[in-house]
Amino acid sequence: MSEVVSLHSACKRYGRIVALEDATMTLQPGETVALVGHNGAGKTTLMKLVLGLARPTAGRVRVLGEDPAGSRGAEVRRRIGFLPESVAFHDAMTGSELLAFYAGLKGSARAANRELLERVGLAAAADRRVATYSKGMRQRLGLAQALLGDPGLLLLDEPTSGLDPESRAQVYETIDSLRRRNVTVLVSTHALAEIEHHVDRVALLHHGQLIALGAIAALREAAALPIIVRLTVRTCTTERVLAQVSGCATMLERDTGSLVLAVQPACKLEFLEQLGRLRPWLADVEIEAPGLTALYRHLVSQRESAA
Amino acid sequence: MTAPLVVAAQELRAGVRNRWVIATTLLLAALALSLALLGSAPTGTLGADPLAVVVVSLASLSIFLVPLIALLLSFDAVVGEAERGTLLLLLSYPLARWQIVVGKFLGHATILALAIVLGYGAVAVVLLLTEQVALQAWSAFATLIGSTILLGAAFLALGALSSVVVRERATAAGLAVTLWLLFVLIYDSALLGLLVADQGRIVTPAVVDALLLLNPADAYRLLNLAGDEAVATLAGMAGPGEAARLPQGLLLASLAGWIAAPLGLAVVVFGRRQP
Repeated sequence: MSEVVSLHSACKRYGRIVALEDATMTLQPGETVALVGHNGAGKTTLMKLVLGLARPTAGRVRVLGEDPAGSRGAEVRRRIGFLPESVAFHDAMTGSELLAFYAGLKGSARAANRELLERVGLAAAADRRVATYSKGMRQRLGLAQALLGDPGLLLLDEPTSGLDPESRAQVYETIDSLRRRNVTVLVSTHALAEIEHHVDRVALLHHGQLIALGAIAALREAAALPIIVRLTVRTCTTERVLAQVSGCATMLERDTGSLVLAVQPACKLEFLEQLGRLRPWLADVEIEAPGLTALYRHLVSQRESAA
Repeated sequence: MTAPLVVAAQELRAGVRNRWVIATTLLLAALALSLALLGSAPTGTLGADPLAVVVVSLASLSIFLVPLIALLLSFDAVVGEAERGTLLLLLSYPLARWQIVVGKFLGHATILALAIVLGYGAVAVVLLLTEQVALQAWSAFATLIGSTILLGAAFLALGALSSVVVRERATAAGLAVTLWLLFVLIYDSALLGLLVADQGRIVTPAVVDALLLLNPADAYRLLNLAGDEAVATLAGMAGPGEAARLPQGLLLASLAGWIAAPLGLAVVVFGRRQP
């Protein structure tokens, strides 16, 4: 079995609440997958199933070929690094003490801890109590403990929530370096637009249902979302421009000096060719490919109208 | 190091860090020393063995204090981690849930044992330097220290159980206080009331023995106050006391049972819990 993680029709219910329904997905070795969804969409539940902390109500979960909630669960968890959402630590302990404790639990060599703290930029604060840490520093300590023992699979639950842009960039850098080292990463997030370029595939969760799974480009193609084009035109030429491109673009907004158009991906090139002919009237062109956010909205509204 | 020992070591480290160890040791030492110094005043130089006096007063004091300290140490073992938000991370590590419960218990027991040995040991040192102590009294004193640790461990186990059966730290605290009141204060009064009301019709001496064994505090009391002859004389437990007949082995078994049963139950309850 080559998959690192496989979920087969996995369901998780807490009483009458359905946290995850009929989720089927796999993670291939070295793959980075983003788990995207609103609060309570089932992202953390899915991670708990992978960690073996919750047993699926129905369906099957396999991690590294084993049942993580079974008798060999501890062995599976030894090879997983996990960063929980809004990670917390014992405040009275120092960063290096906590890392030593977690290394002890994981059975990994403590000699590597220094280097790990340096890698996440906590070397200077290693001997300070965690109570004095900022949220960003705690998150980095959380990342350090997740990286203990060089795990083959990393689960990062909302690693960027509540962080400033610089700390977020650091998290993405870490994800990129893990990708380069062929570590399998499952990262859950709200920050759709930010994660886009750091993952191979996305899994969209909505109210406990896996509504889409695939490479972003493929999902985009399947959804056939229009490309948004903003044109800045010379005054009083909007009508002329519109007449030229009406074949493959629909107008969303217009003004005396600007136009917002929706272009179907299929006739993107044809549209650009037409734009070329309009060169004398154009002052500026802005082309916006549909991002993950637009894709997410589209898929959610599609799902809701189907229901 | 195996996982429970790693957890225990961390718990001990936390105990040192948040000054639990030093505070408990100082409290026990201060009380023990004041009892020893005040206790020798009324007996005078011709009185009973000074160490035997200390054993009687310390045992009576420990019955109230040590269970309380133990419950305070352990009542939030698991629920505290959950409330702090550190439980999920701990569970994601390669250790079984029983290892968390047992590891924390071992850590707390070490803290308590340290405080008892150092605190009560201070008295022994003082008496050794100032008084003549009979050899037999030393064995009673050793029994006191050993059984006090066992008594503490029994209530640590009860505290651990409190920490897994409820969802909130405050509820666990309430439960722990209730357990203390029940075992340390209410149980004996209820037993006494029962004896008076029953007038020996149903509650035979054998039933009383069994009822005493069902409370770790009573098992501890009998072990210390009735076990040694010199001590028993001082404690007023010598002579025809029915309960004094209970063998030491049985009393120790009661304490051991009160450690194993709540701890085992805590492991079972925690194992079923959804994080």
